[in-house]
Amino acid sequence: MTQTTAVHGEKISLLRVLGPAHVWALGVGIVLVGEYMGWNFAVGKGGAIAALIACWAAGLLYTCVAMIDSEVTSTVAAAGGQYAQSKHIIGPLMAFNVGLYLVFAYTMLEAANAITLGYLVQTVGQMAGFAEAHDKPFIVLTIVFLAWLNYRGVYATLTVNLILTAIAFIAVVILFMGVKPWSTELLNHKEILNGLPYGWIGVLASLHFGLWYYLGIEGTCQAAEEVRSPARSLPLGTMTGIMTLLIAATMTWYLCSGLMPWEYLGQATTPLFDAARLTNSTPLMVLLFIGTMFSTLASANGCINDASRAWFSMGRDRYLPTWFGAVHPKNRTPFRAIVFLVPVALIFAYFAPLDQVITFSILSGLLEYTYMSIQVIFFRRMWPLDSIKRGYVHPFHPLPALVLLAICSTTYFAVFLGYGTQLVAMMVFFIVASLWFHFHRYKYVRRGDQFTMNWPRPVGY
Amino acid sequence: MEKPHYEPPKQSAFGQLFDSLFLLVLVFAALFTPLYLKLAGGGKVDVTVADKSTWAGLGQNAVQSAQWEKLGFHPDTAAPLITSRFDYSFSPLELAITAIVVIGYFMLLFAFSKREYIEVIEERFGKK
Repeated sequence: MTQTTAVHGEKISLLRVLGPAHVWALGVGIVLVGEYMGWNFAVGKGGAIAALIACWAAGLLYTCVAMIDSEVTSTVAAAGGQYAQSKHIIGPLMAFNVGLYLVFAYTMLEAANAITLGYLVQTVGQMAGFAEAHDKPFIVLTIVFLAWLNYRGVYATLTVNLILTAIAFIAVVILFMGVKPWSTELLNHKEILNGLPYGWIGVLASLHFGLWYYLGIEGTCQAAEEVRSPARSLPLGTMTGIMTLLIAATMTWYLCSGLMPWEYLGQATTPLFDAARLTNSTPLMVLLFIGTMFSTLASANGCINDASRAWFSMGRDRYLPTWFGAVHPKNRTPFRAIVFLVPVALIFAYFAPLDQVITFSILSGLLEYTYMSIQVIFFRRMWPLDSIKRGYVHPFHPLPALVLLAICSTTYFAVFLGYGTQLVAMMVFFIVASLWFHFHRYKYVRRGDQFTMNWPRPVGY
Repeated sequence: MEKPHYEPPKQSAFGQLFDSLFLLVLVFAALFTPLYLKLAGGGKVDVTVADKSTWAGLGQNAVQSAQWEKLGFHPDTAAPLITSRFDYSFSPLELAITAIVVIGYFMLLFAFSKREYIEVIEERFGKK
């Protein structure tokens, strides 16, 4: 299907070729790697029990995100997802910031994926007798190859993601069955778990990395302009995605916390692969090696897709130089945005430690979720339920928004515990960038073009 | 009443390049400064253990020490991981400053956005 959209008079546009399965693959594909690496830093910040509580609290946060997102995205279906939503509901400066949150969250996640993949290849290479195996070439190769795949076309990119994600998810399920969770033959929670080593403050602190179990699920709406039926596919893909992740997160925590002492688990780079090593089963080790590779590749692939769409949308709207708003004449992809973000991901993957890269990604996500909780309250007030057609209406409003805001506030404190400098550095960056946009860049923005939906005038404006 | 259509100025190629580089430099400064100044990451402290050369001395039971060994560790190599802890002590003043920065950022964002949004709505729907 080659239905196209004509936006802002662009002659060439993105293709509407994706279905609900692609949306699921985009969302879960980005996030599933969170079970393969990164979530376990929550164990390091508070112990295994704290990480489980963080997993549930973060699950509640993301359920609120998915509910809110499904309503707003099914109503404002345009490329850029939350970015396009903020243009219509809050204003250009907010949209500029949301665009940056998306680009940061996904580009840092892409860098984290490349670091993990490089580390895994190095570890397995050394286990196989290649003592000189080095991670750096694989980091570069991963980012460059996936950028090329994205450059070539969205359909092939997300079809590859669908396959990689399905295999990576099946690998987690097989490992879970392989450790025989009904017996104590391999798992020994009674002897391995040790309560709360930091007390309740550790529970709060672990919420920081607890977000990593699900971070990026909201990326489903980045494909809004390339989905055949956004009102149906986006809520369906997002909700089934969050359910898949809740199941995978619970299984991952259960098997890892029953196999590894928390002090090791809390700093491991590839915890699921390590869990497979502890089963002494070569087939499981091979499977989890493949699962980790595939999950990092699928995630990095989806991240390039999402970050480039956000950067492209900002270029098209003149929030960034218009040069970035170009679509490739043959491949119909935002090729300049894809290429521009490659060195950014490479530099972070090459020079920054994994926990720092993950923290920057989490912080970007956290700022976005905070904004979403406020945005939905504005959205309902400015366009009451009967004033515009919504693809989906989330229940219990404003409870999900208030719960989301409360958990976000707690998570800022969790990040402050241990990573306060990064939090402040990130906020200073966004404040400077916002002033730059408001006082300099905004003069290049066409005012009326920022509102493209066929809606009535918002209440109160 | 219809608001006059705002026609933005055309940005030169040099201006576009400068804006792109400015953002790039800002990104790297924000993310690498804490790393460069060695302020990144949580403050850590070492807890005291009975004996760093034995599993029992490190507070590990038989099941835990067996898993450490399967992962390729000995008491000496595992000791730095086992004894290292995050330091969660903090100054209320630092917390207050951080909270003010985060809240101030959102207040600035919503205030400036509202000003810009009114212009968007007036051009799209006309003056009220």
